[in-house]
Amino acid sequence: MELVIFYTLAAVSVAGALLMVTRKNPLAGALALVVSMAALAALFAMLHAEFVFLLQVLLYAGAIMVLIIFTIMLLNLSPQELKERPVGKLKGLVIIAATVVGFIGFIRVLLQLPEGVRFVSPTFGNIEEVGALMLTSYLFPFEVISVLLLVAIVGVVILAKKVI
Amino acid sequence: MTVLLIGFGKAVFIWALALTCIPVLIWFERKGAAFIQDRVGPNRASILGIRLAGFIHNFSDVVKLLTKEMMVPAHTNRWYFTFAPFVGFTVILFAFAVIPWADNLRFGGWDIPMQVSSLNGGILFILAITSLEVYGMIIAGWSSNNKFSLLGALRSSAQMISYEIPLALSLIGVFMVFGTAQLGEIARSQGDLLFGFLPKWGIFLQPLGFVVFLTAAFAETNRNPFDIPEGESEIVAGYHTEYSGIRFALFYMGEYVAIVLASAMVTTLFFGGWQVPYLPTERLTVNADTVLMVMLLVGAALSLVSAVLFIGYDKKLRGKWPKGDLRNQEGRILTVFAVGALVAHAAALVYFGSIDLPEWGSATVALLAQIGAFVLKLLFFCWLFIWVRWTLPRFRYDQLMRLSWKSLIPLAFANIFITGLILLLVGRAGS
Repeated sequence: MELVIFYTLAAVSVAGALLMVTRKNPLAGALALVVSMAALAALFAMLHAEFVFLLQVLLYAGAIMVLIIFTIMLLNLSPQELKERPVGKLKGLVIIAATVVGFIGFIRVLLQLPEGVRFVSPTFGNIEEVGALMLTSYLFPFEVISVLLLVAIVGVVILAKKVI
Repeated sequence: MTVLLIGFGKAVFIWALALTCIPVLIWFERKGAAFIQDRVGPNRASILGIRLAGFIHNFSDVVKLLTKEMMVPAHTNRWYFTFAPFVGFTVILFAFAVIPWADNLRFGGWDIPMQVSSLNGGILFILAITSLEVYGMIIAGWSSNNKFSLLGALRSSAQMISYEIPLALSLIGVFMVFGTAQLGEIARSQGDLLFGFLPKWGIFLQPLGFVVFLTAAFAETNRNPFDIPEGESEIVAGYHTEYSGIRFALFYMGEYVAIVLASAMVTTLFFGGWQVPYLPTERLTVNADTVLMVMLLVGAALSLVSAVLFIGYDKKLRGKWPKGDLRNQEGRILTVFAVGALVAHAAALVYFGSIDLPEWGSATVALLAQIGAFVLKLLFFCWLFIWVRWTLPRFRYDQLMRLSWKSLIPLAFANIFITGLILLLVGRAGS
């Protein structure tokens, strides 16, 4: 049963990603990306990473993609303005095949390492654990990321401000 | 297998509850608006003579919306246009998966939590779903090929994402006080007494958080006084201008489901959810026979009162319509129903008074009492939404944005700070 759900979600995610890179219309690509992210979030939930699932939907699919879609809508490019730079079918297929083979090889090698697998605690992935980790072992990166976000916001305000 | 069936049954129950509230809310809205505006409201539609004070208008509305011509504007992408109302209506229903409507059902060896999913980050799930709700509006507004729609969609989505922040921040105070983000636990921990006489409801623990949350919830559901995106005199109808027929009906119903969700959240977080005041679950289960008697007596009293009122109504209707018109019969039909209900309650009283309730019986009585409490509180808050809508004038768009960014967010931060300070000084019992 779990296998069926996993394959369905994985198929939706990959299909969404493929649609995103092949659509001419940027809005279609953005919406395909949202679908792909939602499927990815469901995969996180299957792996018991509850908090990551919630944040993926809340932040990625719900906030970041909304803003990207805003931008796409406001730019409102007509089809003539979207220049096509085709890759060429043979080249594309070779790249995809190489990526897939490389990835599978990488996973195989990883699985053969003795320290490759570790068992997680039963409360793995819920809010309390992640919160405790973020505020104890990973406190410094947490605070630095907040400063980074602040820098980004200030930068955006300065860039978008009209010169008086 | 049983687990799957139970889960499915719970999902069906909560969805049925949410969807049944829609016609009730539409009726509340119309009659409530009329009451506040000192007029009568719609009371014409009738089935076989029964008018039910305008409730039948819901059915006539459904027929009208189903049979209207569904137009698609020219030069648009038809797929997006058709897809948007479905997103608007379906996504919001997912959020009901974490709303608890009663305490765990415990009898025999069973211990069934009364929420579809006891997710540990329940509140975050609802926030995630409301942030997905924005897509319906954006796609609708953009695919309508109409400048008003696009403007309405942009304003509406900007409003929604601006008010998500104070919504989430006001919830942090709730997390701090209750120590958990799981909605079932939050509802359960509101059962104790504060200072010995007040029920430990969220509103007494977090009054400022409640105000911020309620305001942000009004804005999230695009309800007056924050309904610039869909106010008729402002922008025609905003993002659902071009929609007609069943597509508009989906948006309309989606808005009401959002109201029900917001009311459910306010009830669960700040008003004890399914808690019957001063009667925690153990007391209910132990005194189940008394509780059942009381509930049946209340039901019988209500049936008696309605029967008397309907008899009076029948007298008022006597001869109001020409002979042979079925609407004359309404008072009589309603009286028959009320008397039937009275007889049923009396019979149940006699029956349950004579037998001893088995264990699953007491658990079920407690469950019904809690569901009743939950639904009553839910309907009160839905009424509050409607009451505020027809009382306050709407905000201008810049006033709206200023309220969110410059008033609600600092208030929410102040709330977090004060809550933290008080928790530090008083200390939280138990953890």
